[in-house]
Amino acid sequence: MADYPLTVAELASGLARGDYSSVELTRHYLARIERFDPDLNSFITVCADQALAEAAAADQRRAAGHAGPVTGVPYANKDLFCTEGVRTSCGSRMLDNFIAPYDATVVARLRAAGMVMLGKTNLDEFAMGSTNEHSYYGAVRNPWDASRVPGGSSGGSAAAVAAALAPIATGTDTGGSIRQPAAFCGVSGLKPTYGRVSRWGMVAYASSLDQGGPIGRSARDLALMLNAIAGFDPLDSTSVEREVEDYTRCLEQSIAGLRIGRPREYFDARLDSRMASAIDAALDRLRELGAEISDVSLPHAALAIPAYYVIAPAECSSNLSRYDGVRYGYRCANPRNLLDLYCRSRGEGFGAEVKRRILIGTYALSSGYYDAYYRKAQQVRRLVRDDFVNAFTTVDVIAGPTTPSVAYSSGAHAGDPVAMYLGDVYTTSANLAGLPSCSIPAGTLDDMPLGLQLTANYFQEARLLGLAHAYQQATDWHQRLPAAYA
Amino acid sequence: MPISDQEVRSVAALARLAIEEHAISHYAAELSAILDFVGQMNATDTSNVAPLAHPLELDARLRADCVTEGDQRERLLGLAPATANGLFLVPKVIE
Repeated sequence: MADYPLTVAELASGLARGDYSSVELTRHYLARIERFDPDLNSFITVCADQALAEAAAADQRRAAGHAGPVTGVPYANKDLFCTEGVRTSCGSRMLDNFIAPYDATVVARLRAAGMVMLGKTNLDEFAMGSTNEHSYYGAVRNPWDASRVPGGSSGGSAAAVAAALAPIATGTDTGGSIRQPAAFCGVSGLKPTYGRVSRWGMVAYASSLDQGGPIGRSARDLALMLNAIAGFDPLDSTSVEREVEDYTRCLEQSIAGLRIGRPREYFDARLDSRMASAIDAALDRLRELGAEISDVSLPHAALAIPAYYVIAPAECSSNLSRYDGVRYGYRCANPRNLLDLYCRSRGEGFGAEVKRRILIGTYALSSGYYDAYYRKAQQVRRLVRDDFVNAFTTVDVIAGPTTPSVAYSSGAHAGDPVAMYLGDVYTTSANLAGLPSCSIPAGTLDDMPLGLQLTANYFQEARLLGLAHAYQQATDWHQRLPAAYA
Repeated sequence: MPISDQEVRSVAALARLAIEEHAISHYAAELSAILDFVGQMNATDTSNVAPLAHPLELDARLRADCVTEGDQRERLLGLAPATANGLFLVPKVIE
């Protein structure tokens, strides 16, 4: 890795100075993918020829004087964003043969910015899972310890960035799927405010919760990619009609006087005392930088995961009804009749975790159970949201651990889905409330990285990234590279 | 609340999801554990709380009722597992 810097910001400067071309840079990353990814399994599809063509076009654009801030910088794309002409599998047998006829808005905007797509990254099937073990294309390994999971569902994106197989990647976050793998792999990830980044062409899991965002090494890099992808999109009916800002605008601002809330409920007796100490050490560092830390209360915090695991499966069961074996995707062999075609195509095309969530969601929405589960969960959702609204009257940012533990061993939760769901205890509430939230590396436990989660009020991404950047100016956790990938 | 094998079969039928017979009791146990877990919500009184469906409580935006898509018929049919004469092909529905 001695030849090239690790961050998008530095790579963009190098390209601007002419230290190297985008084609050279792209070749460098493709060579690393070829060397390291057979073990890591972070990519489902590598687009070598297309990437080199995009890189050559980026170099021409630069030569013509039309380069933007990230033109020519490679990225990896979670295989949940539709890409015209390149398979979009969603980690599922169901879409193993699916080549989208259009680009997702996020992909189109990155293309317009001149970024170069190296390939499509592995994920838990249809973004359902927290370990990346639920992919039709096999599990992704954690670059820091191959026996552990990288987190999920954007585990391929996080592992690829952590191992420097790509400087930055796209992810999606429905209940923590950007932040949790970022924490497990020692990189930075941002889930923007709901509606800030277009969901058009981002294959739907739970539409009132899904939001795309960047996974990168530094807060500055997250801001650079967010600048490229954020903004109103008429093609997404939930896209918010609000001007975007320059998300790098707060990076050089002091955080003196910024009020940070530490939720009492996150630091209760159930939290590993070593994790609590590590997060408190990170908060001490922010205090030294001028932030004011105070305790806040989110009384309904513990109800976020139960509500999430009703709402998300309910929306999933509705969204995934489109996979019928008729119009696109997998079809079973020799269907006896139309019903058999539907049932077996779906039964054979979906994996176990997706089936579990479809069944739970169908049950929760079915006659006689709707009020007890779905309506109840939506009422709890308001309580969870209102906790944040109240907390943000006294603090600017809420901080805590991203996850209750560092990355665990592969297979640790086999046969016990609820145990896996409990790992989402700190992340799902930002999705239920629609708030912007990021995870940044803030230490290690047992030689594995851990994440500090920072959540801000609606549309405060710039301020959030400014705080994350201030922490990263004072620490070097985000600069570390696993020894095996140095 | 425990889910019976028969309930798994009926929910799977609603979801148009073929589940192998030997896996039914396994799903019943897992779904029971999940429903038991989400049942924690019931300890909280929400009788005066309005359901929240959209985090920002924005109304769906409507667009003008006009054609925005070009003709993609051949491209879209090209994605289908089976087509004939410009139509999606499925097993015979009417005997």
